[in-house]
Order: sequence, then structure tokens, then C-alpha cells
Amino acid sequence: MINLHDIMETITMIQDENLDIRTTTMGISLLDCADGDIGNSCRKVYEKICRKAENLVKTGEEIERMYGIPIVNKRVSVTPIALLLAASGGDPVEYAKTLERASQTVGVNFIGGYSALVQKGFAAGDEALIRSIPEALSVTDHLCSSVNIGSTKTGINMDAVKIMGQIVKQTSEVTADRNCIGAAKLVVFCNAPEDNPFMAGAFHGPGEPDCVINVGVSGPGVVRAALSKLDKSADLTEVADLIKKTAFKITRMGQLVGTEASKRLGVPFGIVDLSLAPTPAVGDSVAHILEEMGLATCGCAGTTAALALLNDAVKKGGVMASSHVGGLSGAFIPVSEDAGMIAAAEAGVLKLEKLEAMTAVCSVGLDMIVIPGDTTAEVISAIIADEAAIGMVNSKTTAVRIIPAVGKKVGDTLEFGGLLGSGPVMEVNQVSPETFIHRGGRIPAPLQSLKN
Amino acid sequence: MRAVISVIGKDTVGILAKVSGKCASMNANVLDVTQTILQDMFVMIMMVDISGLNCEFSEMASSFEKLGEELGLSIHAMHEDIFNSMHRI
Repeated sequence: MINLHDIMETITMIQDENLDIRTTTMGISLLDCADGDIGNSCRKVYEKICRKAENLVKTGEEIERMYGIPIVNKRVSVTPIALLLAASGGDPVEYAKTLERASQTVGVNFIGGYSALVQKGFAAGDEALIRSIPEALSVTDHLCSSVNIGSTKTGINMDAVKIMGQIVKQTSEVTADRNCIGAAKLVVFCNAPEDNPFMAGAFHGPGEPDCVINVGVSGPGVVRAALSKLDKSADLTEVADLIKKTAFKITRMGQLVGTEASKRLGVPFGIVDLSLAPTPAVGDSVAHILEEMGLATCGCAGTTAALALLNDAVKKGGVMASSHVGGLSGAFIPVSEDAGMIAAAEAGVLKLEKLEAMTAVCSVGLDMIVIPGDTTAEVISAIIADEAAIGMVNSKTTAVRIIPAVGKKVGDTLEFGGLLGSGPVMEVNQVSPETFIHRGGRIPAPLQSLKN
Repeated sequence: MRAVISVIGKDTVGILAKVSGKCASMNANVLDVTQTILQDMFVMIMMVDISGLNCEFSEMASSFEKLGEELGLSIHAMHEDIFNSMHRI
């Protein structure tokens, strides 16, 4: 018999501390939909997504009711569309519209995979897809896009970095009437994982099976609540142990939901992504965990060390709770989606440079950061290059999802609403890296890549 | 298959009767009941066998939620696997 205390603990986590399953994401391979004719290709893509994901939302809702745990998002990720475009040619935006239509038919919140993998160079279809991203994200609501521009094994494709600076800026500009939302659905990666269930960076890698279910857990509120009960004199070993235990429990929920969804849908279970994903809701903030550890405000000296401890403890606790761990797995630090980060940025304590340092020890990168609209494409490219370099050298995933807020200046706020939250426009060092960015070429792979 | 019904809130007359009555109407067999006062709140945990349920489990869960709203209590019926997976290795 399960004891009363354990039952109450679980119920409190769900009711009061915002424990939820952030996403169940179905990865669908579209490689068998590639056709020499783009019309045929789009038709096959639509049919396959609708067939595979037909019951995804319904099954998710059934599992929610059975276990009483919210599953906030049901999503689909697909094979990078550039791979299909290589075979079909034609206007890539046709694929964007097809994916949008499929996402509405199956009822998912987001569909990811309008992507290209160009870490070493452009193959057929890659550059055309990248150039079409601004239009694709402006004519769709549910589509997410990502581009992998570097990896530890290959180095950084600086030609792609140069283009991505322009693309991020254009995407923001063409959706300026909708709070620049396009740029919030575009991620530039280094070392992109192929099984990431979290948007906007989810895509179904070419090495993945035909169809798979991946689960992303959440739970910053649970970790913060556990830490708040810990005595202030407890040392950091105790803090790390408590986070590990809590992460274990959170991850078990992901494993349970993933296993059940996989069984009901008849689709293999891929991975659990052990991420602490915040939301703008009060009590669901990663920044507040760091502050609970003893920092006055997130962004002060000590933040990187506290985040490193948190990130490591989350992984150690989670890894035993799940049979397969993958995706991004770590603490997310998206500024606009985290009440504590927003407050710290507004107070001027959390700055872009500190966030960059934090990305060296957490799971992703510069995420959901609003910057002044007049920031040049070259500066954005250089920010992407810096972030990619951190990922490349440290053999980790890094990403950039920044939103140049058209017509806004430092101190203004950009509102997205919902899970994307709202972000204060942060100061960016505007000194020009133009010549460096226009050189193009490749940054060679670091020595770390030579492991054989 | 078993489920855990949790009742949390202010103590009043007849909570146990109403909850167990609802269990009987859905053919859920009550296996165990624990109740206590935790931080000034009445807390009751009921373990029920749901293998002979005469409706869908989701229907049972929503009807207990409704009962909770009527009584001004928080009542949830959840499959026991969620507790087992979180607290048992």
C-alpha cells in the first residue's frame, strides 16, 4: 500500500507546484514521402502525418484523465523538410502550408521540422529552405523551424551563420504586426539533438525510426518548493541531493506517460527529455530555483555555478528514472517564459553576457531573448557564432532563439502571451563584427572532435 | 487495477458516505480507507478496485471532481500507477 505521505506529495506537486508533462511529441519520418514532384510530395506528407498522429491528441487527453496529470502540449516533429526539398525542388513554402494544414487536422499545438542541417555545408534544398523561413513562418501559425549550423564533429558553417543573422531579422520583420512571433518559432542550433521533443527546435532526425513518441517533462515549481523546505544552513551537497531526488520523481512521470502513450498508440517509445522547462506562471520558474539556493537575484555573481549544480543534479536524478534519456535534458533558461528571469532582466541584473555564460553549463542556449529591433544582421550572426562556439567546444547543444523587436528599444517589452510569455528588450553590444561575419567559410572542428 | 481517491478540504458530516456511495454506484470496490487531519485539513485517501467498473475510468474521475465541487472539497480519482511509479523503484 502506498502511504499517505507519498500520495499527498504527488497530489501537491500536481495541484500546487505546477508539475506537468510539458509535451508528448510524436516524431514522424517523412523520408518515404519524398517525390520528384512537389505536389505529390506534399500530398504524401499530409496523409502520413494525419494517419500517424490521428489519435495523438485524444490519447494524450485519455492519459491525462487516467493519471490526473496535465499533458500541456501534444506536438508533432518531422524529418527536416530540406531533405524532401532536395528531391522535389519547387517552392518550399508549399511544405510549410502542408504542415500547417496537417497540424490543424490532427489538432496539435505545434509542428516542428521546417529545418535544415547544414553544419558542414549546403546540400540541394538546404539554402532554398533557409531563405524561405521568413515567409514560411509568416503564413503559418503552428509551424516551427530550426537550422543546425555547427557541431563538435564538423565545426561551424559560418556561411550559414551569416545567412541566419539575416533570416532571424527578416522573420521578425515580416511578423512585426504579430509581436514578431515568427522569430520566437525559429531556433539556430549547434549540436542539435535528433530526438528533441521541445519546440521550437524539435525535428525528427534522419537516424530516427519511422515513428516514435518522445516525452518532455517539466517541474521547476516542484524543485523550488522542495528547496524552500530545506534549511537555509544546509550545504550544497544536500541541495544537490534534494534536487536529484525530486528530478527522479518528476522523470518517473515522464517515463510512465511515455510508456502508456507508446502502448496505446502502437508506436515505439523513444526518449524522456529530462528538462526543467519553466512557464511564465508564478511558481514555475528556473530563476526562482537559483534564488531559492541563495542568490538575491538571478544574474548576480554565482548564477553560473548555481545553474551548473542544478543542471547536473537534474540529469543525475533523472537518468535512473527513465529507460532512455535524450533530447536536450537539462535546465532551460528562456527569458520571456520564466517569471524570475523576466524580473531579473527588468531589474537590470540579468544581462545578455551573463546569459551567455549560463548557456555553457545548462541544456540549451540563448533562448527567448528580446533584443532591440535595430540590431544589425551581422551582430545577430555574431551572437549565433559565439553561442555555437560554446556548444562546439563543450560538446553540448547550444541554440539561439532571439527576437529582434521591430521598433522597440531597451527597456520596452514585447508581449507574446501564452507559454511564450513576455520579454523585456535587453541591451546588446552593438559594436560591429561585420568583417568577421562576412569572411564566411568554416570554423574548423576543434580537437575535441578527434576522439577515434 | 486499482485507483486512489483523495479527498482534501474542510471536515463536514457525511463525506465518507457520499464518496463511498458514489464508488458503489460505479461498482468500484473500496479496499482501504485512511483519514487524518493534516495541517488543519481533512485528508482522506481511499484505495478502490476498479477492475469491475461499470463505466470508463475517465468518467469516474470527472464525476468525483464534480462531487468535490458540490461539497466544496478537492476530490481526485487517479490510477494507482502514478503513485507507484513516482515512489517505488
